Amino acid sequence: METLPTDAALEVLPPEPARPPTAGPRDWLRRNLFRSVGDGIVTVVAGLIVAYLLYRGIRYLFVTGRWEIIRVNLRLFMVGRYPADELWRISVALAAIAGYIGVVAGFAVKRRRVTGRQLPEEVDQPRARALLATAGRLWPLVVGIALIMSMVTTAGPWLTVAGIVAAGIVGRLIGPRLPARSTLALLLVALVGFGALLLFLSAPAEISTWSGIMLNVFLAIAGITLCFPLGLLLALGRRSRLPVVRWLSILYIEVFRGVPLYVLLLLAYVVLPLFLPSSDANPSSVTRAIVAMTLFTAAYIAEIVRGGLQSLPRGQTEAAYALGLSPVRTTFWIVLPQALRNVIPAIVGQFISLFKDTTLAASAMSLIDALGVAEAATSQSRFQGQGLTAETYAFVMLLFWIGCVTMSRESQRLERRLGVGTR
Amino acid sequence: MSAETTAATSRRPPLWRDVRVLAWAFQLGVAAVVVAVVWYLVRNYIDNTEARGLSRDFTSWLDQPAGFPIPDSDFRQSQPNRDAIIEGFFNTLRLSITGIVLATVLGTVIGVGRLSQNFIIRTSTRAYVEFVRNVPLLALVFLAFSAIVLNAFPAPNDSWELGPIAVFNVRGSSVFWFEGENWKALVVLLAALIVMFVVARWRRAVFDRTGTPARTALWAIPIGLAVAVVVWILLGLGVTAPTRDGTRVTGGIRMTPSYFAALIALVVYTSSHIAEIVRASIQAVPRGQSEAADALALSPFQRLWYVVLPQAMRIGVPPIGNQFLNLTKNSSLALVISFPELTKVTQLATASRAPSVPAYTLLLLIYLAISLALSLIVNIVNRRLAIVER
Repeated sequence: METLPTDAALEVLPPEPARPPTAGPRDWLRRNLFRSVGDGIVTVVAGLIVAYLLYRGIRYLFVTGRWEIIRVNLRLFMVGRYPADELWRISVALAAIAGYIGVVAGFAVKRRRVTGRQLPEEVDQPRARALLATAGRLWPLVVGIALIMSMVTTAGPWLTVAGIVAAGIVGRLIGPRLPARSTLALLLVALVGFGALLLFLSAPAEISTWSGIMLNVFLAIAGITLCFPLGLLLALGRRSRLPVVRWLSILYIEVFRGVPLYVLLLLAYVVLPLFLPSSDANPSSVTRAIVAMTLFTAAYIAEIVRGGLQSLPRGQTEAAYALGLSPVRTTFWIVLPQALRNVIPAIVGQFISLFKDTTLAASAMSLIDALGVAEAATSQSRFQGQGLTAETYAFVMLLFWIGCVTMSRESQRLERRLGVGTR
Repeated sequence: MSAETTAATSRRPPLWRDVRVLAWAFQLGVAAVVVAVVWYLVRNYIDNTEARGLSRDFTSWLDQPAGFPIPDSDFRQSQPNRDAIIEGFFNTLRLSITGIVLATVLGTVIGVGRLSQNFIIRTSTRAYVEFVRNVPLLALVFLAFSAIVLNAFPAPNDSWELGPIAVFNVRGSSVFWFEGENWKALVVLLAALIVMFVVARWRRAVFDRTGTPARTALWAIPIGLAVAVVVWILLGLGVTAPTRDGTRVTGGIRMTPSYFAALIALVVYTSSHIAEIVRASIQAVPRGQSEAADALALSPFQRLWYVVLPQAMRIGVPPIGNQFLNLTKNSSLALVISFPELTKVTQLATASRAPSVPAYTLLLLIYLAISLALSLIVNIVNRRLAIVER
């Protein structure tokens, strides 16, 4: 290493005065709130407005809001008219789902440990701190459940929540003990378990009689499970070299993307019976809602996946062919895993849309989902004509907000885990 | 040796392993399945309509009297279905275009606010976006209608008045508007736009020739506005402002409660999505671009206007165009609060006399046409903005 030639002029410069510390509350205030005079004015005006809105919001939450209507109808909002004696089935189902999610989370941690792709925060973290971190990450879920539980008057929901947390923790402990090659088995368990849970839950009450947020969640899960494979096929079809397949896919995608979902749902509700044999019993409203939402969302998924496929360099396919992989194996082993990884946020965004759109399905099909309960509750003789719509709709919005925010936050986390855009 | 391999590979494989044969067989199979499904559905449709004695005529229902009224309009129930559909079409268009304009303005402001250096602006806009984006639009529509417009707005004799600009109350809201024929207003708008376009081209030509700063907006906007005012006066257009007399509001353009509620919900919902796109596209412009602008001693405004925004637009225009399409399609949700837009009118028509399949087919075609027209516009804009590569 050479040293730089010393310059006499440089040596006579006095040492620089110590800079003021850049961290500290005063400095933070100056950088974030009072950069200049104009900025200060903006801060004061906006601060007053925000403070007023916060004051009104908090007052509404604790003082002026009349939440009695929610407290009385809480069960209707959550599980609708599900038979009261059979509610334990829902608790068991929720605990099973939580346990499964716990197992998958624990298994994922083990996979990352085995493959050496652990995240820095995961290494040697004490159990209690890890649990706290999870709760902090899922704060919308925690705060939302706390708000809901604050209105509970019976013991059942408390037992359910306790069961869910316990099952989740147990699952999380079991997960790392599974053999490292259980991915396929876990997927199979999910599919079989989904069917089994449906049978278990629909034993006392047919699915077509479900209502409340439970109906929204069921419609969303069914739609998500079905629309993804269909969308994948359509995306591959649109990029196919076979003209018939390609043009049929394009026609399907463009037609379904050009039409409002509500119109499709109305078609399924009003027009579809004319196109089915009159002798058969018509499919139930719930089935028709699922079909319409699946067909609609699949077109959007197809376009998202196509974007992912197009973002993949040609060299990947060519390299796979050079290694002697067949076209099918190239697609499923090389192309799709990379293409899908690139579009996870967009796909989850579409799933979130689907969850929100279940309200449309219920509205078009005259089903009583959470929004339907919100409307019905305000016309109960006890609450009629008191202008309680704000309370009921706000509560339904909270329910959806919890679900959507949790989904989008977890997808962002998954995206970081898979290292999208960092390589 | 080499002759042998050539001979071996040039021989055609047996039919069941020939890729070309397999590809065509597969396509024929797919086509056959699709045709069979369509044929099955059409067969059922014909059987069902014959069994129930329903009309299969796809056009004559348009000329039959509608048999249902549309509230708050000039439409009478003795008029044909055709007029009802046209009324619904213009209601959809009115709601969508107003919504697009307002949502773009609000979304851009909020999206830029999310990048503000001011903590309060940054946090409050983020809270807005994170809340609105994760809530069903239908809930917003119901909330805006029954909890805000019908419940929180004042009684007519107690209206909120914003001088001569607007009057709000529970029976409807009125804002100032032009007075006169619609085509005259369209002429004013077109004249202003054309003049602005011409001035902008001229300024760019001057810049190319002499190098004096173009200052396009500084020239085009005042000249365009001046021309608009002149044409306005020449055509004899007037202005009407709402005034309240007791419980009656006269003048201005009136918005029914359902229209106003649908507009609020659509604008709030779409603006949150547009805000995210605006933020993401500004952030997607590489930092080096801003730093290069600073190195060239551009002012903060010049940096934003000449360097960052043009590149952000290129990224943001296609997804924002998609949001415009979504808003137009989502305007069909206004039917749940009985705003007589296209879908609601079709629903009313089929409930009274119109046969459902032809009516819904027409509805699908109209929505497809709107979507195609909008995506055509977006594509043209996109092509103009796109980078010209080698």
